[in-house]
Formats: sequence, structure tokens, C-alpha cells
Amino acid sequence: MPDESILSDDLLRQLISVGEVDILVGLHTHNHAATVGQVIQVVREGLLKYFPRERVAILNADGGSHDGSRDIVCAASIDDVRHSADIRALRTLHTITTQYADTVSPGTAMHILVEAADLLRAKACVVVAPESSEIVPEWIDRLLRPIYRDQMDFVAPIYRRHRFEGILVTNLMYPMLRALYGKPVREPHPGEFAFSDRLGGRLVDHPMWTNDAGRMGPEVCFTVEALSDGFRLAQTYLGPKGHIEQQPTDLVTAMRQSVGPLFGSMEDWNGTWASIHGTQPVDTIGPAFDVTAAEADVDLERLRQMFSSGVADLAPVLKSILSPNILEQLQRAATIDEKQFSFPDELWVKTVYEFAAAYHKSVISRDHIIQALAPLYRGRAYQFLTENSQASSAVFEEHIEALCGTFERCKPYLIELWTAQERGL
Amino acid sequence: MADMIASELRQAWNEFARAFAHFLPRLLAILIIALLGWLIASILTLVLRSLLRLVKFDRLAERAGAAQLLHKVALPSPSELLCRLVFWLSWVGILLAGISFLGIAGLQGQIAAFFLFLPRLFGALLTIFLGMLAAGFFARAALLAAVNADLPSPQVVSDVVKVMIVVLTISMAFEELGLAQKTVLIAFTIVFGSLMLGMAIAFGLGGQNLARQFLERRFSEQRSKTKKETDLSPL
Repeated sequence: MPDESILSDDLLRQLISVGEVDILVGLHTHNHAATVGQVIQVVREGLLKYFPRERVAILNADGGSHDGSRDIVCAASIDDVRHSADIRALRTLHTITTQYADTVSPGTAMHILVEAADLLRAKACVVVAPESSEIVPEWIDRLLRPIYRDQMDFVAPIYRRHRFEGILVTNLMYPMLRALYGKPVREPHPGEFAFSDRLGGRLVDHPMWTNDAGRMGPEVCFTVEALSDGFRLAQTYLGPKGHIEQQPTDLVTAMRQSVGPLFGSMEDWNGTWASIHGTQPVDTIGPAFDVTAAEADVDLERLRQMFSSGVADLAPVLKSILSPNILEQLQRAATIDEKQFSFPDELWVKTVYEFAAAYHKSVISRDHIIQALAPLYRGRAYQFLTENSQASSAVFEEHIEALCGTFERCKPYLIELWTAQERGL
Repeated sequence: MADMIASELRQAWNEFARAFAHFLPRLLAILIIALLGWLIASILTLVLRSLLRLVKFDRLAERAGAAQLLHKVALPSPSELLCRLVFWLSWVGILLAGISFLGIAGLQGQIAAFFLFLPRLFGALLTIFLGMLAAGFFARAALLAAVNADLPSPQVVSDVVKVMIVVLTISMAFEELGLAQKTVLIAFTIVFGSLMLGMAIAFGLGGQNLARQFLERRFSEQRSKTKKETDLSPL
């Protein structure tokens, strides 16, 4: 237990009255009244169906909802599930809800869940997104079983996605994390995931809770920590995720929650990631990827314009982040006309690596570095969307694999930038 | 008569020689103080230069935009400027302190005033430095926010933010120095007020159509466009 617990006295009292549990289900709500009730019902159904003998508690950390989310979580009755699904639990299923603050802080909510899981000595903890409208009881089994029965430490999800949804994941998070840590985790910023008591115990006093990376994107920090030596990692196919209503639609917010923590995590692991070469497979239950091939409803021209104007307007900022050569190539790409537009993999990868090195060196405010990457991402997204507009799923996957290969091939470039900075060059 | 003149001259010379003999040790003391002061000031400057290099002060000033500003007015780098300032202030300070101990009448008051002015001078310099840092930071923040929000003329937005903070900083520094306080305050109020009023009038009256277009774009068309861009979540 840390010296200063993040758990409030009231929450501690509730947790102590629950006693030890085998499984803890965690939710982080903030104005999710429209969906959280349904999610809780499905979670309970899954627990009763697949883990009827286990001692289970559901803990909801609320970030100051004004729509009655907390009441809905508390009111979701276990009896409704029993009547409807004709299933029996052998133990009491406890539901606890706590308001940790008046404003949302994903890091604080996750820290509460980790510390509560440690206090309750839960063998497995599953985190469920309260907006997951397509959740089914089987998700609980698929996420928890590898931990509870197969002694895994971290289970990440694989969703069926629209192939152009999550371009930031497919073009940056997934390939970069894979190049850094040598393991292909398809969803490095998962909405749902599960972790063992061993991994949770490591994270209770982790410094990530006190830095920006942990505060903004604890999910990414979880994934990175799970990739470290000694932890057993698995991926499990969950099925369609549906439109992610509560995911940040604002690009800068999304980048702060994903790219920032990824860059930040490199600080702690710079001794480790530099020595990793190649990719080791990760135990995967079900298909390793699943994308739908529907048309994308995106204003491509606007994306390109925002890239071009962004590169021009941010020239003084980009100058302090990027090398003259990369900046020149980007400026050329920004001024070229639509038909000849090209933002090749290598240019994108080197740009991202230079941003990561600039973030490490804090050449300017780290938040400004993340914001400055947004217009460049738009250019890359434009390239990716046009390149794959007619591609089949197989070709689409080939393109992502090629990008992953470029990230791996250019890793020495990142190490060179990093070590040059360490030497003060 | 000639004897009288010779005697007066001898007496004057003797007095001059006595006064000079009396002053000579003081002169020597001043010279020694000046030399010691120069040595101490040089050592202080050396230490300061190493410290500033260690904390990468020039890079910090460059990020804040202060270095570019100094370069524009043909001044040396911020760390060099600070070192020179510390050198001269410490040397002159030691020299004046030494002179005051020699008890030269008339100078005591001036020397005391000089030492009383020093904290205010440093306060003003610190205000300017912090102001420049803030101006650089907020101008860049405004530029990034404007670019990512796809606002028209993001550079203008950034420049306006920078100018406003620089004007505020300079007026605060003058106030710290106690120079033309009222004038600076009135000038600042006029500049700031007229800037805001001008922008309001230009936007509200002069640019009615632009304002209408902007608001329409912002709250209707823009919303649908934004939705289009973000229909596919980046995560």
C-alpha cells in the first residue's frame, strides 16, 4: 500500500465491507447515463454466466457526472439479470460507485481501480468502457479467462473496425509500439482490457500516476508496462466495437491521450526499447485483425488543406522540432498539388521519430509538440485514405505491415537521435 | 614683494604636497579596490556564464523568443548580455562601496541611491525576461490552437497575443523602475483599450458579412465539416 492512498475514506469503508474478491470489474463514467445501465447489465450477465462461483465486485469511478450515471450504476439490479437470463450466482455481486472529482481524469480513475483491485486482492481485473453499446456477455469471458484460467497478465482486445477508423492507431500507435517493444498489440489504447494481480501490484505505486502520460492516457501506459519483461500478454477478439461515441473526436485530445503517453513511456524504457529487435508474436485468441470495407465519409480535400496550411503556418514551431531535411520534405509535400501529393511511409516514420526525440528533449513545451504533430497527421491520414480507398482487406493489411516494417527499419534513426541527445549533441 | 610671492607659492605648494600626500593613499586604495572589484566581477561573470551554460539559458531564451528579439536589435546572446550586465553592475557596485568607505563627502547620498535602485533594476529585468517567456509560450499556444481549429490567419492571432503580453510586460517593467508610471499606465490603457475596441468594431460593424460568415461557418457548416473529418475516430 502506498503511504498516501488515492482511495477516499468512504470508498475504503465500502471496499473493506466487501472483503476479498476474485474478480474486480472497473468502469470510468462521466455522463454515460445513456449507455452505462445496459453495459452494467451485460457485464453482470457475463459474470453470472461464466464466473458464477467467483467473488466479484463492480467498481465505478465517476468523474463528476451530472446526468445520474452514478445512480444508474447503483440501481442496476442483479435480479433483473437473473430473471431475464435464467442464471444463478452462488455469491453476492457487489456494486460500488465513487465520485473521485468534479472533473474527468482518466489517470485518477484508473489509479483508483488499480489500488482497489490490490486492496481487494482481486486475481483479475477487467476494465470496461461505459459507452460500449455493442458489448455482449462473452466479452467478459474472453477478457477474463486468459488471466483467470491461463495465468496471463494483460489481455488487450481486438475489435472489428471500420478500416479507416483509428487511423492514428494504425499509422502511429500500433506500428511504433511494435517497433519499440517488439510485440504487435493491435489496440494499444484499448477501451476494454484485463490485467492480473501481478501487473496491478506493479502499477499501484508506479510513477505514471504522477506524470502527464499516466494522467492523460493510462491505457497506453498499461499496455507499455505489460510489454515489459516478465509479463504474459495476450490479445482476444471481441467483435464489432461500433461507433465509439465517447472516444475523443477532437484530434488534439486524442493525440494527448495516446501519442503523449507513448512518447512519455519511452523515457522510462529507453534502456529497454533500444535493445529490442524484430517482432515476437503475441498469443491471440481469435482473428488477429478484422476490418470492414465500407466507404469512408471523410472530407479528404479539407484534410489536405489543413495539412498544407498547418505546415506553412507552423513553420517556426516545426523548425524547432524537426531537422532541416525532414522539414524541407514536408514543406515540399504541403505545396505540391493534389494529384501529385505524396507523404511516403519513410517520411512519416522519420517525422514521428523526430517528434518523439524532441518530446524527450523538451525542445518546447511537450503539449505544444503533440499539438504540432496534428496537422502532419492530417497529411498522413490523407495519404493513407487515398492510398487505401479501393484496397481489399488483404492489401490494406499489407500496407499496414509495410508501415510497421518501415518503423522497424528506421528504429536506428530514432536511437541515433536519442543517443545524440543524451550526448548533448 | 618677490619674497612674499615666493613664500605664498612655497606655502601653496607645501599645502598641495601635503594634500596630495594625504590623498595618495586614498587614490591607491581606490585603484586597489577597482582592481579587486574587476577581479571579483570577472570571477562572478565566469561563474554565472558556466551556470547559464549548464541550465542552457540561451536555449530557454531562444524558445521564449527573447534571443531573436535581442538579435534583431543587434545585441549579443541573452546569456552574454546578462553576464556583461552582472560584470558592470558588480564592478561599479564594488567600486562605489569602496569609495563610500573612503568618506568622500557628497558621494555618500548618490552611492546609497545607486544601491537602493539595484533591486528595482533586477526586478524590472526579471519581469521583462519572464514576460518574454510568457509571450513566446502563449503566442505559440495561440498559433497551435488556431491552426488546429482551422481559424483564418493563425499567425495574426499569435502576433496579437504576443504584442499584448509584450506591451503589458514593458509597462510592468517601467512601473517597477518607477519611470513615467502614469504615462506608461495611460499609454497601456489607451493601446489595450483601443485594440479591443478596434477589434470589436472591425468585427461587429466593419466586417458584418465576415462576422456572419464566420459565425455561420463556426456553428452550422463548420460543425458538419468537423463531423465529417472526425466521423472516423482517430483512436
